[in-house]
Amino acid sequence: MRFAPTAINMKIISAIIFPLLCLFICAFTLPQQSGLKASKDRGKIVYDTYCLACHMQDGGGAPRMNPPLIKTKFVLGDKKKLIGIVMNGLSGVEVEGEDYSNVMAPHNFLTDQQIADVLTYVRNSFGNKASAVTVAEVKAARPKK
Amino acid sequence: MSIFRQSFYCLMACLLTLSACAGDTTKVATNGPVPDPDNGGIKLPAGFGGQIVADKVGRVRHIFVNSNGDLYAKLEKLKDGKGIVRLRDKNGDGKFDETVGFGNFIGTGMAIKNGYLYASSNTEVFRYKLNEKNEVPDGAQPEKIITGLWDHHQHEAKPFTLDNDGNIYVTIGAPSNCCQVQDRVKGSPGQSPCPILDSAGGVWQFKVDKPNQSYAEGVRYATGLRNVMGLDWNTAVNSLYVTQHGRDQLFQFYPEMYSQKEGAENPSEEMFKVKLGSDCGWPYCYYDYTKKQKVLNPEYGGDRTKAGDCGSKEQSIVQFPGHLAPNDLLFYTGDMFPEKYKNGAFIAFHGSWNRAPEPQAGYFVVFVPFGKDGMPSGNWEVFADGFAGADINKATYRPCGLAQGTDGSLYISDDNQGRIWRITYKK
Ligand code: HEC
Repeated sequence: MRFAPTAINMKIISAIIFPLLCLFICAFTLPQQSGLKASKDRGKIVYDTYCLACHMQDGGGAPRMNPPLIKTKFVLGDKKKLIGIVMNGLSGVEVEGEDYSNVMAPHNFLTDQQIADVLTYVRNSFGNKASAVTVAEVKAARPKK
Repeated sequence: MSIFRQSFYCLMACLLTLSACAGDTTKVATNGPVPDPDNGGIKLPAGFGGQIVADKVGRVRHIFVNSNGDLYAKLEKLKDGKGIVRLRDKNGDGKFDETVGFGNFIGTGMAIKNGYLYASSNTEVFRYKLNEKNEVPDGAQPEKIITGLWDHHQHEAKPFTLDNDGNIYVTIGAPSNCCQVQDRVKGSPGQSPCPILDSAGGVWQFKVDKPNQSYAEGVRYATGLRNVMGLDWNTAVNSLYVTQHGRDQLFQFYPEMYSQKEGAENPSEEMFKVKLGSDCGWPYCYYDYTKKQKVLNPEYGGDRTKAGDCGSKEQSIVQFPGHLAPNDLLFYTGDMFPEKYKNGAFIAFHGSWNRAPEPQAGYFVVFVPFGKDGMPSGNWEVFADGFAGADINKATYRPCGLAQGTDGSLYISDDNQGRIWRITYKK
């Protein structure tokens, strides 16, 4: 069989260079634009399944039972603390000067990805605007086995 | 007439009316109380009228009307440092025009009996002796009759009622949804036996006149009650009746067994007639509103059909749709309302939170007719409605307490805005 250098070269280019280029572009843009949106979209599904029942569709909560997730110091504040609330739950703590007589259960059964997504969703919905929560941040906050 | 002169006359007329009113607070109004033209913004059956008699009182939980017409309200949050408010109508127009606060504790329960006013915090019950003027004297210190009851930030209110034999019945709500190993964690199994039932999840009986009673001195009168907010001693049959808040999150934890809509309507909120030793079934059993049967909770192996030994538990006498939150119960003994209301039960529904994403519901006062045997004699019906306002998911007013006036009128309190209505019937 005769050697066909040009064809091989073309193949090499399309098989290696093109995907690399793609990866490069994706890695650059994902965490910014579409990454946030994708995480928010996944986070909404987590929210609707595990949080909505108590914190309501609009994040408004239920008076004196479940606090709102709208611009509270927990939602907008320290991410490590916020991740901790989802993992360990919360009870008997005042939120914006109000007592809430329900108990938030630990949600440590959620994956790192799910927690990152749901908190990214919460921090960028209901009128909130704050930085995304990453999987790495959740991983770091999870108690070591 | 010039515009200036017109304004001047107008102003004078206003001032005159104002000064006439100002000096008038003790004079008895000639016509007596009249309902508001719009019945105070709520819907009532034909013939009934509603009047707003107090507003912005604070987070008014349970209320009680003394034999002199004063209304006492228990607040869930201190207002001007006070947890109890006495409202007085000094000119006889039905509206309360004098407010006096006392007591430095928050809470829910409120009642007056045989010369004492009783009020509860979330761990204790206090009582104040009324003086010869039939009121709590200024600066009075209460006597602590019950202390050390559980408060674990869930179902912590301690409503109560009294019988005619010197006993007080206090709710101790279970700080739990369904006694799972891990409360409200999907998949966590139910504990059996449920250890909570030793100290909560029932109604305890104490003496009205012994200081500092706690669990050791009390009697667990009825158990298997997750959270009772409404309770009343029905003097017609000398028996205790309670309304229970049922469990939450059936759909969220068991979507394979309950549709979203079924989760919003289940389990039933239930009314029980209880006697000493009654076990009403929580956390093992619940009343399935769809299937009209008391069955096992899924945390205890339930599949919506298996009844286990739920048949042997105390059965409820009225069942309502889920999550409506019956917050107060009152057996009507007055003569003002038509005959059908006599000895029947009014129930104030605080309204739901855990029906989402289905629309919320409740926020009304219901009536259940009762026969002479102390059992319901007909279906429950909505008596007063429209408290929520335009958006049912953002209720403006939330019925929380009921009291009977000295003339047989009915008072309804709201703990969201602190409004109180008086309901009357014109023959
Ligand atoms: C069973 C009801 C319930 C569920 C389900 C629930 N929460 Fe909560 N949550 C609460 C209650 C009650 C509190 C307040 C506890 C306190 O004040 O001590 C709370 C507090 C919070 C707070 C801190 C206070 C605030 O309002 O900023 C955050 C953040 C939060 N929840 C997020 C979530 C997220 C995200 C989920 C879903 C993964 C979730 N919750 C699921 C009931 C619930």
